[in-house]
Amino acid sequence: MTHFTAVLLFALFASVVFGITQRETPKRMLRYGIYCFVLFAGSAIVLSWVMFLIAR
Amino acid sequence: MAPAPVRYSQKGMATTPNNTAAAKQDSKQGFVYLPLIAGWLVPGAGHFLLGKWGRGTALAASIVGMFAVGIAMQGKLYSGAHDILDILGLAGDLGNGLLYVVSRVAGLGVDQVQVTTADYGTRFIVVAGLLNVIAAVDAHNLRTGRKA
Repeated sequence: MTHFTAVLLFALFASVVFGITQRETPKRMLRYGIYCFVLFAGSAIVLSWVMFLIAR
Repeated sequence: MAPAPVRYSQKGMATTPNNTAAAKQDSKQGFVYLPLIAGWLVPGAGHFLLGKWGRGTALAASIVGMFAVGIAMQGKLYSGAHDILDILGLAGDLGNGLLYVVSRVAGLGVDQVQVTTADYGTRFIVVAGLLNVIAAVDAHNLRTGRKA
């Protein structure tokens, strides 16, 4: 398993739980879950690029 | 003297709403903390008890999946409280409920593996426990009516 796969799995599992527990209607649960997933995965990608550029 | 005309259906207006309310009341009876405790011991069980089958299945799949991935990555299960970080890790692991107990009994997560993914696996297990606590509290909120 690569580090990025681990990040995506972590983001998926956490987003599902956040979406279900933090919103009340199925539609809002789905939207919030997707929002959390994008934030998790997106922040990991951005921070990875930042660290890559700093290390050069 | 003639009887007064019936202006409404007593059967339709009086019994049906009461039956519905009684059915709701039946589902609310019992130990109020049961969904909280059941949800902590078995991921998703609190929602299953409340008839939220879809939410319970998704929560169970996510939490058990995260725990299983952590174990598969050779993550460590905290067993003792030697310092503050161990105490915090143990608290997170205990959030997994019976998953933690069964894994300890089965001898999983005891090896100290010096690979990067093992450290990630340890975090997966801790976070799975914390997410399970969130899910159990959500079941409790559903039970008390704080959440729809």
